[in-house]
Amino acid sequence: MATSATSKSRTSSFSRNLTAVPLSNMPGLKYGPNGTVFISSGIPDLDKILGGGFALGSLVMVMEDAEAPHHMLLLRNFMSQGLVHKQPLLYASPSKDPKGFLGTLPSPRSCKVDKDKSHDDDPEQEGLRIAWQYKKYFGEHQQTVDNTRDGKHEYCNDFDLRKPLERHFLSGQHIDCVSILHNSDLVALHDRCATFFTQFPRNDGSIASAGRIAIQSFCAPQCEYSNVEWHMLSFIRSLRSMIRSSNAVAVVTFPPSLLLPSVSKRWQHMADTLLSVRAIPDEDKELANLLTGYQDMVGLLNVHKVARFNTQVPVILDATTFSIKLQKRRFLVLECLNQAPIDSASGNSYGTSASCSSSSKTGTHLDF
Amino acid sequence: MNQRASNLLDEALGLVDEGTNPWTLSGRVLLIEDCVETSAAFLLHHLLKRALSTLSSNVVVFLALSQPFSHYDRVLRKLGCNLAAQKENKRLLFLDMLTSEFPDGGESGLVALYGKIEKVVSALIEENKKSITIIIDDLSLLEVAANGASNHVLDFLHYCHTLTSVFGCTLVALNHEDIYSSMEKPALILHLEYLADILMKTEPLATGLATDVHGQLTVLNKETWDGQGRSRNRIFNFHFRIKENGVEYFSPGSRA
Repeated sequence: MATSATSKSRTSSFSRNLTAVPLSNMPGLKYGPNGTVFISSGIPDLDKILGGGFALGSLVMVMEDAEAPHHMLLLRNFMSQGLVHKQPLLYASPSKDPKGFLGTLPSPRSCKVDKDKSHDDDPEQEGLRIAWQYKKYFGEHQQTVDNTRDGKHEYCNDFDLRKPLERHFLSGQHIDCVSILHNSDLVALHDRCATFFTQFPRNDGSIASAGRIAIQSFCAPQCEYSNVEWHMLSFIRSLRSMIRSSNAVAVVTFPPSLLLPSVSKRWQHMADTLLSVRAIPDEDKELANLLTGYQDMVGLLNVHKVARFNTQVPVILDATTFSIKLQKRRFLVLECLNQAPIDSASGNSYGTSASCSSSSKTGTHLDF
Repeated sequence: MNQRASNLLDEALGLVDEGTNPWTLSGRVLLIEDCVETSAAFLLHHLLKRALSTLSSNVVVFLALSQPFSHYDRVLRKLGCNLAAQKENKRLLFLDMLTSEFPDGGESGLVALYGKIEKVVSALIEENKKSITIIIDDLSLLEVAANGASNHVLDFLHYCHTLTSVFGCTLVALNHEDIYSSMEKPALILHLEYLADILMKTEPLATGLATDVHGQLTVLNKETWDGQGRSRNRIFNFHFRIKENGVEYFSPGSRA
C-alpha cells in the first residue's frame, strides 16, 4: 500500500510544537523544531547527525573531492529515498544521458536481512568492551529504538548499494532528468527548476508533497557555462531564493578545487547545509596508526554547516568529521572517528572538539 | 519589554543608558564581518531589536537578501520584538530582495534602489523621525544580484553613506570577510572597513568548536569620546554564546 496521498494532514488549528515527530500519513516527512519539516537524506546516520534530515526549503551543498566519487554515494541515497517515498525528483548532471544514472540507484534493504548484529561482526570483540570505544556501543541502542522496522513506511531506509532500485520505483511521471553538458548558460536549468518548484508551494497549510532536486558536479569543466562564475553564482542564489518558498530540498555537489577561492567561499555561504567528502589515501601508515578501523574506511565526511531556519542558535555538533564505511560492502554508515590509543596520547579524550593532537603531515584537518 | 540591562556588546557599541541617550549610533556606519564557520547574523538581530525598541520615532529600513521575512519575524519574536507589528506601525520598512535581480551590470537597478531608499528617508525626516537605521543583509548577495559588478555595489554604498552624514542615518551592513581574504585588492571590503565607524567581526575560537562558547567577537569602535572630549579607538574582544532569547557575552576565559 503506497502512502495514502488522498488523506490530508490533521486539520488542527493549533500551532504544532512537536520535535521530530513523523507525520503518520506521510512517512517521508518529519516535523522538526521551529516549524521546520525534514525529509530523509537516505542515510540513517546522516539524518541523525543533522538532527532529523534535510529541512524543506534548504539548499544542501556537498564539496567534492576530485580524487574520489564519494559524493555520488550521498546523491544516490538521497535520490533513492525520494523515489521510495514517491517524492518527485529533478536530477541534473553533466553526463550526456543522466537517465542512465538512475539504474545505479540502490534499493532499500530487504526486511529479511538481519540488521542488529552490525557492530558485533568481530567475534573477538564481543566479549571485550574496550573502554575508549564505549560510545560506539551506546549508539547501537539508539538505532534500534528510533526506527520502526515495518518495511515501506519508514522515514529513512537503509539502502543496499549492491541491489539496484526496483523498476516500479523508476516509472512514473515524477522523475525529470536534465543534462547540463551542452548548456551555454543556465537559463534552461533555472526554468526547469522554477517549474519543478511550482509543484510544492509553501503556504501555512498542510504539506501535500515534497520535492527533491539533485544537481551533480555543478561547475564541472566540461559544461560550457562553467567559465562564467557570476552566472553560476546567480543561479545558486536564485535556486536558494526559490527553494525558500517551496517544500523541497536541493542537493548540489561541486568540486571546490575548480573554483577560485573567493567564489568557492561565496557558494559555501549560500549553502544552508554544507558537507564535504574526502578521499582517504590507501595505506597511509600515519592515519592507520591514528585511527581505528582505518582499513574499512572509504572516505571522510565533514559537516561544516547545518541549516537553521527561524532561529539564530547555531548547531554545534559533538564531532564534525565522520568516516564513511560500507558495512558488509553494501550499506553506507557514518561513524565518529575513534582515535587509536597511541603511546604518547596526551589525554585527547573521545568526543572532545579539540583538533587532533598528533601532528598530521598529511594535512587532513580531523576534528574529533 | 525592553531589556535595559546592558551587556558587553552594548557597552562596546556605546549603547548604554537607554533612557537618557537612546540611540547613540546616529550618523555612524557599522560593518559586520563573519565567516562560514561563525555566522554574525545574531548581531543583525540584536541591532534590529535595539533600533526598534528605543524612542518611538526610530525607523528601520531593512534590505533582506539572505532570508525571507518569516525567518526574521520568528527569530525576533523570541528576542522579544514583534516585527509584524512594527511593520504595520510603519516603523519597519522591509524590502524583500531575495529574488531581486539587477541585470545589465546592476547600475540602473542599484541606482533605482538608492533612489527609493533616499526618498523614504527624506520623507521620514520631514515627518520628524529622528533616527533612521538602514540594515543590509548581506552585501555579498548584493554583489551576486548585480552580477559581479562590485564597483556599482560600492558606489551604491558610498551613496548610502551620504545618508548618514546628511540625514544622520545609521548604516549597518553585513558582509562575509572570508570571501575577500583571498583576493588581492578587494575594493568593496577595504573601502567599507575604512568608512566604518564600528567594525564587528566574528570568528571561531582558535581551539575549535565548543557547545558553550560559539565564537569570539571583536569590536573596533573608532572615535569614541571619553570624558575629556578626546577621541580614541577602542577595541573589545569577547566570547559569546547564542541562545534563542538572547546572546551571552563574556570575557574570554570567564563565564560571567
